[in-house]
Amino acid sequence: MSRKGKSYLFRTVNVIFLAFLAALCLLPLIHIAAVSFSDQAMVSANRVGLFPKGFTLASYKMVAKRAAFWTAFGVSVKRVILGVAINTVITVLMAYPLSKSEREFPFRRVYVWLLIFVMIFDGGLVPNYLLVHNLNLFDTIWALVLPTAVPIYNIILTMNFMKQLPGTIEEAAMVDGAGYFQRFVYLVIPLSKPVIATVTLFSFIGHWNSWFDGKIYNNQTTNYPLQTYLQNLISSSDMTNAAEAIENALSNVKTLQAAQLVLTLLPILVIYPFLQKYFVKGITVGAVKG
Amino acid sequence: MKKTISVSKNPPIRFCWKKNWQLHLMLLPGILLVILFKYVPLSGILIAFKDFIPRKGIFGSPWAGLENFEYMFQLPDTMRILWNTLKIAVLKILVNFPIPVLVAILLNEVRGRHFKKSVQTIIYLPYFISWVILSGMILDIFSLDGVVNQALSLFGADPVFFMGDKKAFVGLLVGTDVWKNFGYGTVVYLAAITGVDESLYEAARIDGANRFKQILHITLPGIAPIVMLMMILNLGNVLNAGFEQIFNLYSPRVYETADIIDTFVYRISLVEANYSLGTAVGLLKSVVSFLLIVSSYKLANKYSDYTIF
Repeated sequence: MSRKGKSYLFRTVNVIFLAFLAALCLLPLIHIAAVSFSDQAMVSANRVGLFPKGFTLASYKMVAKRAAFWTAFGVSVKRVILGVAINTVITVLMAYPLSKSEREFPFRRVYVWLLIFVMIFDGGLVPNYLLVHNLNLFDTIWALVLPTAVPIYNIILTMNFMKQLPGTIEEAAMVDGAGYFQRFVYLVIPLSKPVIATVTLFSFIGHWNSWFDGKIYNNQTTNYPLQTYLQNLISSSDMTNAAEAIENALSNVKTLQAAQLVLTLLPILVIYPFLQKYFVKGITVGAVKG
Repeated sequence: MKKTISVSKNPPIRFCWKKNWQLHLMLLPGILLVILFKYVPLSGILIAFKDFIPRKGIFGSPWAGLENFEYMFQLPDTMRILWNTLKIAVLKILVNFPIPVLVAILLNEVRGRHFKKSVQTIIYLPYFISWVILSGMILDIFSLDGVVNQALSLFGADPVFFMGDKKAFVGLLVGTDVWKNFGYGTVVYLAAITGVDESLYEAARIDGANRFKQILHITLPGIAPIVMLMMILNLGNVLNAGFEQIFNLYSPRVYETADIIDTFVYRISLVEANYSLGTAVGLLKSVVSFLLIVSSYKLANKYSDYTIF
């Protein structure tokens, strides 16, 4: 075969292979969506693949009437709003001073070590659990928001971005007599919008997706955020009492569960395009060059 | 000139309140939160050395010395759990390592920009889906009468009980973990490939190197430092076999091959309420992880000038 023919063959096979990979990533999501729109009998008979069989909105109508789902949804919305706000404010506030050189800000090194240490050494499950318990935060939204208030990875990302800003801008403002606060608010924050957007989205996804804290820091299931509510529904290994088991069995109809999975996934899908827009830059700064 | 730089690199640590008070003030809320939620709980580590009685508190409970640790090593489960953790974590790291490199290189060969971008967008999506949602899907798809087993039966294969078979379950863990995470690695490596100097390719083309040779001699060496770095940083993860994934998929049927340190600590501490033992096991893991991460950072720093802050 000629060289041109070979390279054409390679390109074709390559495109087919990559399309197959992409399909592999999407198919499970399409399947679960198809199940959620299908007739229950068709699902039980295992006849649903990638397209809904006996299209119906019945499961979504049932979810709409499930108070427990919407209570959990409300808790999730609350934690996301509060959590993301706190995360973002803390991130920006900490990243700016840490982006200063040690010559300008000699105490920086102490703060950096304080943060690095907790990044790599964790007290473990029990000490953290007892602290939240002793602070009387159980069954409050604060248990979901405060222990994760300082997102160190996001701070590093933002700090690196701020380090790359041209120093001359701040110098000019300094000559005009602007202190750190003024320079931070009027110069650095507006220039850092892309990275702030990135870390805000990260923090959104983090809060929306987390379920373990919701599980261990709440005694009342009515205080569960959405992912914890779903986790409770799905996991069979962890049935705590018979009443709950029966309740779960009733609600564990596949179509109904699929509809709830799809609805929980929806916010992620909605913000994903925005994340894509900022992301590749953020990841190269954060993961490759620290 | 050089001298002033090296001197200014490590200036003495001074508070400089007068000059830097605004910077200190900005850090204050975050630092207070870190102290309260990360440093204060460290005192809870004492529980590992005590016979912890909740109503007496951490400081009121009687000392137990190393009893909890001795008991831990006497438990028949301990060795198995340690082995499972290492086995699953290392398997995941090994399988997760070559796939993103390969996919990134293949994607880089694609000429259509829209196709390239679309594939990148799609394979990266699972990274952002929580293990709770994924397990809901996995439990359905890999169930005995699920889609996968239906497909297997088309080829005349016997159905596989993924959720109950000790070996198949570990395969499922590794497979779904790769499925979720390979897009992330691909994006990292793809970004690295874009950074490779274009003139190198031109020179190679003039010398008559074909695409394959260019990949072998320019692209691969070009991203090797980053691949190395990712591998080194993974070293700190060999005790993290993936709690969120395993917790949502496992059951007593597969404890023998898939119960890991983190799931064990959860059950011991929060289900059986044996706080002292749970803290002891957790502490051991934290200490070993700490040492691993510190060495991996040291290595990364040595080989690729990587610094965290």
